[in-house]
Amino acid sequence: MDFAVELRNVTKRFGKVTANNGVSFSVRRGEILSLLGENGSGKTTLMNMLSGIYYPDEGQILVGGKEVTISSPKDAFALGIGMIHQHFKLVDVFTAAENVVLGLDEKGKFDRKAISDKIRKICDAYGFELDPDQKVYNMSVSQKQTLEIIKVLYRGADILILDEPTAVLTPQETEKLFSVIKNMRDDGKSIIIITHKLHEVLSVSDRVAILRRGEYVDTVETSTATELMLTEMMVGKKVSLNIDRPDPVDPVERIRVEGLTCVNSDGIKILDNVSFTANGGEILGIAGISGCGQKELLEAIAGLQKVESGSVEYFMPGETESRQLIGKSPKQIRRLGVALSFVPEDRLGMGLVGSMGMTGNMMLKNYNEGFNFFLDNKHPKELAEEIREELEVITPSLNTPVRRLSGGNIQKVLVGREIASAPAVLMTAYAVRGLDINTSYTIYRLLNEQKKKGVAVIYVGEDLDVLLELSDKILVLCGGKVNGVVNGRDATKEQIGMMMTNLSSESEGGSDE
Amino acid sequence: MFSTIAAWFSRTVMFGTVMMYGCVGETITERSGNLNLGIPGIMCIGGFAGFAGGYFYERAAGDSYNGLICVLLAVVSSFIAAMLVGLIYCFFTITLRANQNVTGLTITIFGVGLSKFLGTLVMGEQTTIVASRAHDTFSTRIPWLYENVPYLGELVFSYGFLVYLAIFVCVGASLFLFRTKTGLNLRAIGENPATADAAGINITRYKYLSICIGTGISGLGGLYYVLDYNRGMWVTENGIEALGWLAVALVIFTTWRPMNAIWGAILFGFLSWAYQFLPNLGVTIPNYAINLVQALPYVVTIFVLVIVSLRKKRENQAPQSLGLPYFREER
Repeated sequence: MDFAVELRNVTKRFGKVTANNGVSFSVRRGEILSLLGENGSGKTTLMNMLSGIYYPDEGQILVGGKEVTISSPKDAFALGIGMIHQHFKLVDVFTAAENVVLGLDEKGKFDRKAISDKIRKICDAYGFELDPDQKVYNMSVSQKQTLEIIKVLYRGADILILDEPTAVLTPQETEKLFSVIKNMRDDGKSIIIITHKLHEVLSVSDRVAILRRGEYVDTVETSTATELMLTEMMVGKKVSLNIDRPDPVDPVERIRVEGLTCVNSDGIKILDNVSFTANGGEILGIAGISGCGQKELLEAIAGLQKVESGSVEYFMPGETESRQLIGKSPKQIRRLGVALSFVPEDRLGMGLVGSMGMTGNMMLKNYNEGFNFFLDNKHPKELAEEIREELEVITPSLNTPVRRLSGGNIQKVLVGREIASAPAVLMTAYAVRGLDINTSYTIYRLLNEQKKKGVAVIYVGEDLDVLLELSDKILVLCGGKVNGVVNGRDATKEQIGMMMTNLSSESEGGSDE
Repeated sequence: MFSTIAAWFSRTVMFGTVMMYGCVGETITERSGNLNLGIPGIMCIGGFAGFAGGYFYERAAGDSYNGLICVLLAVVSSFIAAMLVGLIYCFFTITLRANQNVTGLTITIFGVGLSKFLGTLVMGEQTTIVASRAHDTFSTRIPWLYENVPYLGELVFSYGFLVYLAIFVCVGASLFLFRTKTGLNLRAIGENPATADAAGINITRYKYLSICIGTGISGLGGLYYVLDYNRGMWVTENGIEALGWLAVALVIFTTWRPMNAIWGAILFGFLSWAYQFLPNLGVTIPNYAINLVQALPYVVTIFVLVIVSLRKKRENQAPQSLGLPYFREER
């Protein structure tokens, strides 16, 4: 068999985390291969090793049957491998043509006309539309993507890797992209598409390779594959984690979100008409492929995200009158008497100040209280001491910059502080990401304690096993829309996996249990 | 009237030349994404090293003094000394990723201080030291044109060769930045280093080279100040440093385009000297306002900044990653 690229037992570790473990698979010439997997299954890392951004710790890469060493993007170009990243790598103030020739060391004069002609020729050959003299800052997302593809074709790439190319495109643009991809395949090029959208996998690719948690599962012919079978291979068998799940204590409506819509800087709807209810005394899990609006949803509730339309109502414990949170700053929200705690995804960026100690970070929550000119060090210090003892935070002293603590201890400081303010709503985003098992269970325990106190807990997670064992209800987001709410006690992993990747035709949000 | 304006203009050109070198050097540096506030200090070092080269050669050569050798020695020592200080800046900001503003300011303090210290050391017991023959060589006018072109001869052809070289350097830098692939790559680094890196451009090498060459060019501004404008006399006052700061402001004024530095430097020079020549033209400036009038170049710079940001044309903005250290993303 004539393979364009072959990987043999490729392993890549980042510190203690193994991103890829003994992955072997191959790509034929003139085929479209989909690389399918959940978040964090190691798809992008694997492809970054082909494009020279990372270097494998173990294993071999064969291109055209020969073993090769790819230690820089330049090596990858030389082998005819070009990668189109999810985040475009373009210089905004340059024209399309200037971006195309960037970094090329062709001999001879810098001839703009010849470059433009060559670009037009590539466009005509595969059916792209691009003006070589257009500045990148005037381009739409889809034009930028076209430019990225032409950039690698200009460099003579035969093997193209596209990292989630359709994530930013409209359905029409996706159609167009798929047709040029098919043109390229018919021209003998090999194309690898990283994706987790099953219907796209089935419509465009010839074969599908599946990764799960950094390990290679299998490659199947698309013609023999079904959505259900692919989902099962992608999410794997259910693993029992034995996480405690107490029954909800008299759930009362605490937060009601209706028709929430947010637009990102590219004008794309990142949240689209999202509606749901979070009850006190329950854990509401939120599942979804990353970037489907989880971050924006939490930030909109916390008053950190600009909202196009919709409402977020908050019901004070013991009151029937609701309070509107949209259009208010975090400070105003607090002034309303809303006890909202937020454990953001970016712990050191949004949650804590890395160069301050535990005591200093405790103060961030109540800097506004009291009328003293001088700082009140006593109470934050007591609180820090309490958190340190109760959550077993390992730190040399309360004044050691939190940035120097391990990821788990940083998270304990943050969660501890947020819980200490006796919230009525606790929102957490990827609370256990990067933490070891013990710390993860500590966090689950803390969340459950809050739930028992009647707090409405919103838990955004990426691990379906955890979501299924921890949450009372699970809301599934898909492309910024609510794709349904399921009961955490009897939902299956496959069911949620399907909901994450396939928008159901009737995607109205469900506050209807 | 004419003589006043002519005198004003010739001072303008001299000041402008110092700034032009500083500005072009800093532009090349900033196009690579590094803000070097060490330029004033580097120009002092370049000035002193150039002076020392000329002065010691002049003393050692005695009767066998050769103008060409003097020029060569002064220019090379000025360029290299400035470049070495630039290298220190590179090491701190690129290799060690230190804060660029802090490093730059420190370099300025260091450069100004070091050049004063070395100057005093050379001076010994004397009150002034002059490299008079080096000055003669550096201020040699263009022979035929100066004498035979009426009016223009005095206005345009009455300067030493470094003035014309400065214009040449501006044009050359502009061609390099906007018409060559290497220039394109360099600008890409200043705009978006991650993209440049992914395109296979060696960021560290480009930054080191462009900053070292840029600081070298800036150093020539100091050389011109001492050996031509200041008549070959080494003085430990702050003339070079003040012009160095103006050069940094000029970079913003030119919207990072070396071609604009030619007329921009002339305008800055013109404004800098307004306080002295306006009274001759019948505009009296009260004593207390002299410093205010001298601040005109800065006022104009602020004006340009406001206009540029109002027009929102992306090409006229500072390089996007100016001042930010680059390191490859690791997870």
